[in-house]
Amino acid sequence: MTVYASATLPAESPVHFRDLVAAEWIKLRSQRSTPWTFAFTALVVIGSAVMAARADYANFPSYSPAEQQLHGFSLSDAFPLVGCLTLMVVAASTGAAAIVSEYSSGLIRTTTVAVPARGAVVLAKAVVTAAVWALVGAITSTASFAVSQAILDGRHAAVSISDPGALPALLAATLLAPVCALIGLGLGVLIRHSIATTVTAIVTLVMLPQFFSTQRRLTAEIHHAMVLSAWQRLTQAYGPPQYASSLYTPFIESWIVYAVWPLVALVLALIVVRCRDV
Amino acid sequence: MTHRGDCPHCWRVIEVNGLTKRYGAKTAVDNLSFTVRSGHVTGFLGPNGAGKTTTMRVILGLDAPTAGTTTVGGAPFRGYRRGLRHAGALLDAQQVHSGRSATTHLWALARSNGIPRRRVDEVLNEVGLTDVAGQRVGGYSLGMKQRLGIATALLGDPPVLVFDEPINGMDPEGVLWVRHLFRRLAAEGRTVFLSSHLMSEMANTADQLVVIGRGRLVAAEPLDSFAARSTRPSVAVRTPHPAQLAALLTSAGAQVEPDGPAGDAQLVVVGLPVERIAELAFDNQVLLHEVTVRAGSLEEAFMRLTADSIEYPAGQPR
Repeated sequence: MTVYASATLPAESPVHFRDLVAAEWIKLRSQRSTPWTFAFTALVVIGSAVMAARADYANFPSYSPAEQQLHGFSLSDAFPLVGCLTLMVVAASTGAAAIVSEYSSGLIRTTTVAVPARGAVVLAKAVVTAAVWALVGAITSTASFAVSQAILDGRHAAVSISDPGALPALLAATLLAPVCALIGLGLGVLIRHSIATTVTAIVTLVMLPQFFSTQRRLTAEIHHAMVLSAWQRLTQAYGPPQYASSLYTPFIESWIVYAVWPLVALVLALIVVRCRDV
Repeated sequence: MTHRGDCPHCWRVIEVNGLTKRYGAKTAVDNLSFTVRSGHVTGFLGPNGAGKTTTMRVILGLDAPTAGTTTVGGAPFRGYRRGLRHAGALLDAQQVHSGRSATTHLWALARSNGIPRRRVDEVLNEVGLTDVAGQRVGGYSLGMKQRLGIATALLGDPPVLVFDEPINGMDPEGVLWVRHLFRRLAAEGRTVFLSSHLMSEMANTADQLVVIGRGRLVAAEPLDSFAARSTRPSVAVRTPHPAQLAALLTSAGAQVEPDGPAGDAQLVVVGLPVERIAELAFDNQVLLHEVTVRAGSLEEAFMRLTADSIEYPAGQPR
């Protein structure tokens, strides 16, 4: 009697991280809800830009000559708040679902036996989640920008992509999706429960900024450290800000906020997933 | 996979050393040690709540031990970067994503371990799910999910296979198939380790036993020696004078217990051969209506061994 040696499979191949990424992509792609989620998100985000642009198009004759000249609303019309909030909520909940669905079904045990290196699984999920949502973000933000400016062009009030602030705004609207999806994923690893994770993500991303006033120095600093505030700062920068004050944050701080939130969420997730029983 | 030591037959493939696992104040496994060898089907037995699943979870690197160590193929399982080539496991057949097809479920797992696509079709064929492979797993019966779980375990063609209650929910045909499969896998030189709370099931499948109760080792030996050591043949006697016969047999050194429904004068006698019982009855002119020799059952032996370690006994105030 000898110890079993596989005759069916070739000798164990070198371990590649890209195999894990490919596996996570298969999982995401095979979920029936995935294309519907993306289609719904794109519809709401682009639709909200169309509605905002059409409203300003209709009201344009009633604006003062100075407003008509400056048309400071144009860039904001491409990225209205309602579209942003929808994108944040959907991206964060699907990012969370990438891991929470494995915890709630128990599939995580099979996954962990297949890949005992748990951190690598979380990282692979992060790569797929970020890549897919960056793509969705790029498509929706580009389309929102193009369609809204095409409408406003009818009043000669369109913004060009080469205008100051337009490119950062487009980039910020694109990156909002992967940033929120990664925060959702990180929270999902930490909380493991689907409803609790979604509620936490929504409270953190959407509600929390409302609790910190921009009128006082300390609370304004906290307010500006929020993802939603960073998005507002980056997408509504075109033209002189109406509420500019000494508390107004420079661009770079908003980009840092974009980077730090998902990074912290992921690092916490990687630490916790290592020490906890599956 | 290479041989270790001079005696591959003796190679301890799964090793559990002084394993203790506590969840808060509750000790699920208490200083447990045993080894599982290759080329055998080893049954892992214990009443519900004895710590079988916990032990398997620690072996597979899902839970960290509070104390002690476990190894698979000579190393802690958590240390492997990819697991499917080292061990295959079925822990709970229900733990699948119900929205995916069997093919996609297996393909994602295979891909993560660099296993070629053709292997997915091979294992689906092996477990007989080829025809339904494209359907959502949510629509599968428990028996079909068990088959999918076995396919998952076989995916990496591993030398070690761990199954937690694999027979639950299977139809009789499935049970026969799975027993045959386990024996074949062991005959190929693999290590097959399966848990059950039913001794009768193990008696038909396993040739080695590890028995635990309340997280502690009760027995670890070949099934044959467990049977020889633990089973007690008994004699059932039906008589119109049970009290008189019981007194006679007890004074001759037997253990006598009433058996069957009340009023039916049947006794079960342990510790005296049937010839001696008949002689005693004849010499003392006690009428016997029926004498039946009962071979000791493994189930009974198992029940007796684990009786004092049952976590949730029925019919007793808690």
